[in-house]
Amino acid sequence: MGFYLAQLLTGLANASSLFLIASGLSIIFGVTRIVNFAHGSFYMLGAYLAYTLVTTLQGGIPGYWFSVLAAAVLVGGIGLVVEMTILRRIYRAPELFQLVATFGVVLIVQDATLAIWGAEDLLGPRAPGLDRAVRLMGEPIPEYDLALIAIGPAVLAAIWLVFHRTRWGILVRAATQDREMVGALGVNQAWLFSAAFVLGSALAGLGGALQIPREAVSLQMDLSIIGEAFVVVVIGGMGSVTGAFVAAVLISVLNAFAILIFPQISIVLPFVVMAAVLIVRPYGLFGRPGSEHGGTEEPEQPLRLLDQRSTMVLLALVAMLAFSPAVVSDFTTILLVDVMVATLFAVSLHFMMGVGGMVSFGHAAYFGVGAYAAAMAVKVLGWGMLPAMALGPVAAALAALFFGWFCVRLSGVYLAMLTMAAAQILWGVTFQWQDVTGGDDGILGVWPDEWASSDRVYFYLALVLCLGGIWLLRRVAHSPFGYTLRGVRDSRIRAEAIGIDTRFHQWMGFTLAGTLAGLAGVVFVFSKGSVFPDALSIGHSIDGLIMVLLGGIHALAGPVYGAMAMVLIEDWVSRLDYWRFIFGGIILTVVLLAPDGLAGGVRRLIQLVRRDAA
Amino acid sequence: MTPVLEVRGLSKAFGGVQAVDDVSFELRQGEFLALIGPNGAGKTTCFNMLNGYLPPSSGSVKLNGRELIGTPPRRIWRLGVGRTFQITATFLSMTVLENVQMALISHHRRVYDLFSRATRMYLDEAMALLDLVSMREQADRPCSELAYGDLKRLELAIALAHEPALLLMDEPTAGMAPSERVALMGLTADIVARGKVSVVFTEHDMDVVFAHAHRILVLNRGRLIAEGTGAEIRTNPLVQEVYLGGGRLFEKERGNA
Ligand SMILES: Nc1ncnc2c1ncn2[C@@H]1O[C@H](COP(=O)(O)OP(=O)(O)O)[C@@H](O)[C@H]1O
Ligand SMILES: [Mg+2]
Repeated sequence: MGFYLAQLLTGLANASSLFLIASGLSIIFGVTRIVNFAHGSFYMLGAYLAYTLVTTLQGGIPGYWFSVLAAAVLVGGIGLVVEMTILRRIYRAPELFQLVATFGVVLIVQDATLAIWGAEDLLGPRAPGLDRAVRLMGEPIPEYDLALIAIGPAVLAAIWLVFHRTRWGILVRAATQDREMVGALGVNQAWLFSAAFVLGSALAGLGGALQIPREAVSLQMDLSIIGEAFVVVVIGGMGSVTGAFVAAVLISVLNAFAILIFPQISIVLPFVVMAAVLIVRPYGLFGRPGSEHGGTEEPEQPLRLLDQRSTMVLLALVAMLAFSPAVVSDFTTILLVDVMVATLFAVSLHFMMGVGGMVSFGHAAYFGVGAYAAAMAVKVLGWGMLPAMALGPVAAALAALFFGWFCVRLSGVYLAMLTMAAAQILWGVTFQWQDVTGGDDGILGVWPDEWASSDRVYFYLALVLCLGGIWLLRRVAHSPFGYTLRGVRDSRIRAEAIGIDTRFHQWMGFTLAGTLAGLAGVVFVFSKGSVFPDALSIGHSIDGLIMVLLGGIHALAGPVYGAMAMVLIEDWVSRLDYWRFIFGGIILTVVLLAPDGLAGGVRRLIQLVRRDAA
Repeated sequence: MTPVLEVRGLSKAFGGVQAVDDVSFELRQGEFLALIGPNGAGKTTCFNMLNGYLPPSSGSVKLNGRELIGTPPRRIWRLGVGRTFQITATFLSMTVLENVQMALISHHRRVYDLFSRATRMYLDEAMALLDLVSMREQADRPCSELAYGDLKRLELAIALAHEPALLLMDEPTAGMAPSERVALMGLTADIVARGKVSVVFTEHDMDVVFAHAHRILVLNRGRLIAEGTGAEIRTNPLVQEVYLGGGRLFEKERGNA
């Protein structure tokens, strides 16, 4: 009995930390409609700042709590700077821009933190006065956990009071429900948004600061917490602080008991719960419909088939690519395979997002399933390369069929979150299922068959598969199927009114995009000879989003430019120290200054040249 | 002869609001029927139940004797019911022509075709439909650039693409200049006169209604309060009360419809 009580209390203590960060995320989303990936960075900064303050002040009990609060306030200040310099400019931008911009902030904060505090994990001191354990029913319970259990509800009560008893809080709630109305009341929106963002980031900072006696302060804190924080916000209902609390308790307590029965479950459990909740309640436990979308997009221009000249240019480029192994080094040949893989991956993601209007935060899942299926076919089943290559996309298609069925029932941010949950579940499975997938060690030694083992032959194989995949998706984009998909994206009600089964159509579009991502994964795995759970990670999904955004979402050619730029930039900057900083800067520059991406830039350039020629 | 459309006891409540209350009517082959009433009377809600966007609280809707309740909008469309929306719904990232082509592609059951070029399909048919609503010159313009009145005409072309037996037009002329209204409804009347399609439309412009409608239904607060020809409706005391008593309101609504 005592043991179960101890488990419950551990669960509740975890729930408090999770609630602090999730409540801030939810407030920020509720008011600004921004899905803030940088929230994990604020949490991490809170921990680092608190560590520095506590260890330099050495001030006993008051010093500790002063440091924690000061760290939260400082993080709130950092949040203000980020809001005023970056986010304020993109409140009206589509979700993709916001997401990628906040991810740019994540990269910059990571390198800034590395530069200031170094790469070593830092072990924080125990909290003075709360550094022992009390015995409850014979089990030792850390005093600090009990303090945390009290802090969570206390913060919830404080937020509730602010939201119900102050003018500002009432405005925040009104903005969460109906933004236009607040505009109509003549409230200074900029101020309201900034203040909400500061409060949200300070809460994340508080969550991080309170964490230092419980875990080592490290550079991994940001991304390790963000997935779970999103889950809590989505389960609770985006914008609902009470919902965040209930969801945090639900997840943490479930987790505390589930690991007793099935220790491997903790990585995937939150995502499974989220998927289940979203299917039953598409807006989360306390959410309302209508709060799911970011900014509205400008209507896209109609698609055009390539004219003759562009076709010639394109063919010439493909021919150049085909002849390149004869002139360039082996190293460049391998890099070109990377470019082609990335391009197919980006084009498949663009097909889903740009053509299909379904923003995916988890597209890497299908890339990874394709790669793993092929690798396992070779290693476990002893298949040859070509049959394994055929199996990859089939497996990806099945995974996309399965998860897509759930995802297309939602839209906007909720759909995006469910795609992320699906990816995290698959990632968790590959990570945990040591016997079959090799877990963290991945699968090694997946090399092409003898005949294709030279870099040059494999290059041509990759060329055929990747360009074939890209050609197929482009062709489909111009086909009735692709047009219908765009139609559903533009106006579901009109599509339904001309006899289109909108959900089924999106489901098939989702599956096609997943299948082609799987093909990219297959080409990838045989070129590298190995695959690791990284292939399915959120980070890889975000790479895809960045490529689509760099290239420009509104052009079919966008992801091609984006993928080339991404691989080349990565190849260049990753040799530098602080490459994340540079890369984050590039991302922010594109988002803020060139929202139509490289494709838009190229289009403007062509127009300029044509006008001069005319 | 069975009526094209037979509506019996149709009702819809939203929470406490009885938006449509026990509405029954019939539509004969080739008839041009107006459904009028002040804003909030329940006209749009009625339409949404007729073609499957909303499940009614109770009642029955039969198309050529076949029950429609419980059938999703896309099936009802396949059964030959076209619809234009009070707030236009078109594919904004496509050209005018492509919007019509989409309806034709769906009509010919080609939406799962992965390899044809959508823009080259059913060109002549699509152009003919655009001709019908005098939009040929605008065929290649992006839909997002169109004036509101043009969008309404485009919606009519789309709605006619699958040669419907029944057309439901929700405020087809809202947002148009008066001369345009007359032209559009005159055109619709011509199409009806050919006898293949029957139309139910809602409209705030009484000139349009009295000029073309064969028969008029008046809805107020969800209930049918009158039915008859233009002359009968004009002299009906109940209608006068709703419209004359609330006449100001009615004029105002026209402005922000
Ligand atoms: N989705 C809905 N939820 C709640 N009430 C609704 C909804 N749609 C319509 N109503 C209400 O039903 C009544 C009829 O509306 P509507 O059918 O749009 O009228 P009309 O088209 O005649 O102007 C109005 O009182 C309106 O507020
Ligand atoms: Mg209406």
